[in-house]
Amino acid sequence: MFTKIQALGAAGLDKLEAFGRSGIILSQAVFAIPGRQAWPLFIQQLYSVGVLSLIIIIVSGLFIGMVLSLQGYTILVDYGSEQAVGQMVALSLVRELSPVVTALLFAGRAGSALTAEIGLMKATEQLSSLEMIGVDPLRRIIAPRFWAGMLSLPLLSMIFSVVGIWGGMLVGVDWLGIYEGSFWSNMQNSVDFSEDVVNGLIKALVFGVAVTWIAVYQGYDSVPTSEGISQATTRTVVYASLAVLGLDFILTALMFGDL
Amino acid sequence: MSYLDDSIIDIRQLSFARGDRAIFDAVDIRIPRGKITAVMGPSGTGKTTLLRLIGGQLKPDQGQIVLDNDNIPALSRKELFKVREKMGMLFQSGALFTDMSVFENVAFPIRVHTDLSEQMIRDVVLMKLHAVGLRGAADMMPSELSGGMARRVALARAIALDPDLVMYDEPFTGQDPIAMGVLVNLIARLNKALGHTSIIVSHDINETLAIADYIYLIADAKVLAHGTAEELRGNGSEQVRQFLDGLPDGPVPFHFPADDYLDQLMQG
Repeated sequence: MFTKIQALGAAGLDKLEAFGRSGIILSQAVFAIPGRQAWPLFIQQLYSVGVLSLIIIIVSGLFIGMVLSLQGYTILVDYGSEQAVGQMVALSLVRELSPVVTALLFAGRAGSALTAEIGLMKATEQLSSLEMIGVDPLRRIIAPRFWAGMLSLPLLSMIFSVVGIWGGMLVGVDWLGIYEGSFWSNMQNSVDFSEDVVNGLIKALVFGVAVTWIAVYQGYDSVPTSEGISQATTRTVVYASLAVLGLDFILTALMFGDL
Repeated sequence: MSYLDDSIIDIRQLSFARGDRAIFDAVDIRIPRGKITAVMGPSGTGKTTLLRLIGGQLKPDQGQIVLDNDNIPALSRKELFKVREKMGMLFQSGALFTDMSVFENVAFPIRVHTDLSEQMIRDVVLMKLHAVGLRGAADMMPSELSGGMARRVALARAIALDPDLVMYDEPFTGQDPIAMGVLVNLIARLNKALGHTSIIVSHDINETLAIADYIYLIADAKVLAHGTAEELRGNGSEQVRQFLDGLPDGPVPFHFPADDYLDQLMQG
C-alpha cells in the first residue's frame, strides 16, 4: 500500500521535474540572442518545418472544405437556406478547424520529425560535440527550430483556411449549384476580422508554441537509443495532439464564451 | 616523478555516482602537459565519464577538476563554453554533423570562434584535412565516409582551433587493422607536431601502450595503478596483470555475481 503511494509520488515528482526542465529549455530557446549565423539556420528550418508541410496542409484543407460544404448543404437545403453554406464553411474553418487540424497535422508531420532529428543528434553525440566545440546546442539547434515551428503554424493555418474555403466553393457553387453571389456575400457579412480571423490566428500561434515546444523538448530530453527515440516521437504526437485539443477548449471558452 | 611535475589537468578527490553506483570514489588524477596520457580500464569503469567530467558536460558530486587554474565544475555556463575552446574532443562515433560536408565540419569551429576571412578558413581547413590525409575527401558528406575516415575527419575538426588539450574517446574501437594503425600513428604524430596534451580513453592495450607516455589504470571506481608503460608492466598486482594480459578470469571474475549455481538449478 505504502509502496504504491510512494511510487505515485515518485512518478509525480518525475513529471514535475521534466516539466521544469522543459520550461528551462523553452526560456533559453525563446531568449536565445540571434547571432550572425542565426538567420540562415532559421530560414532553413522555416523551409523544412513549414514549406515541406504545405502539401499535407493544402490537401487536407481542400478536402475538409469540400466535406463541410457537402454536409452543410444536405442539412441547410431542407430549410431552404443553402446560401448560408458559405458562411458556415468560412466560420467553422477560420475559428476552429483550420488552427486545430493544422496543428494536429503539424504535430504528426513536423513535430515528430523534429523530435526524431534532435533525438538522433543526441544519440550520435552531435549535441555533445557541439557543446565541446563551445557552441550552445540550445541556441544553435533548438532555438531556430522552435521559432520556425511557432511562426509556421499560423501561416499554415491561414493557407488551410483559404484552400478550405475554395474547396467549399467548388462543392457548394460549382457542383451543388448554390448561387455564387449569396455564397460569398453571406460569408463576407458574417466573418468579422478581429473576432474570427485574428482569434483563429491567435489560436494557431498558441498551438504552434505548444506543439514545437513539446517536439523539441521530447527530442532534447530523449533517451539516446533507438527505443528511446521511438518512444519520444510517439510521445510528441500524443502529447502535442492532446495539448492542442485541450488548449482549444480553453481558448474557445475565452474568446467566444461570452457570446 | 618527472612526468607529473608539470600537469595541465589536476583532478583532486573526484567522486561521481550514477544512481547508487559509484563511478569514481575520491580519485586523484594528474595529466602531464604536452604528453599522451592513456586512461585504461575494463568497460563500464567510467572512462568516457571522466572525459565528460573534464569537458564539463557532467558535474561531479565532489572534488576538483583544475585545468590551467580553472576549476571546471565551478565555472558558469558562459565561462565553461570559453574554456572549451581550449579543448578538442574526438567522440567514439565521430559525431560529425550529418548535414554538413567534410569541409564544413572542419570549418565549423573556426567559423564559430574566429573572424577569419573565407580564404583563410579554406587554407586552415585544407591544412588540417591534409594532416589527417583526407584533403581529397573535403567535398564528401559524412554518410559517404568509412568509419575510419569519419574518425579522421572528426580528428581534423577536433584540432581545427589548435587546442591545448585533445581528448580521444575510444579512438580504436571498431576499426580495421589498417585504419587502427593509421589512427595510432596520427595521434602520436599530431601530439608531437602540434605540442598539445592528449588524453586517450581506451581498452585496446597494445595500441594504446605503444604511444602513451603515461598510463592510468582505473577499476572499481579507483585508480588501480599509474605510471609509464614499463612501470605498469613491472607492476606485481594481479589485477593489473589480468587487464594487461587480457586473462579471462582473475581478480575480475568471469561470472557476474549470482546465487549459487547448483542451488539455482535445483530450485526449478
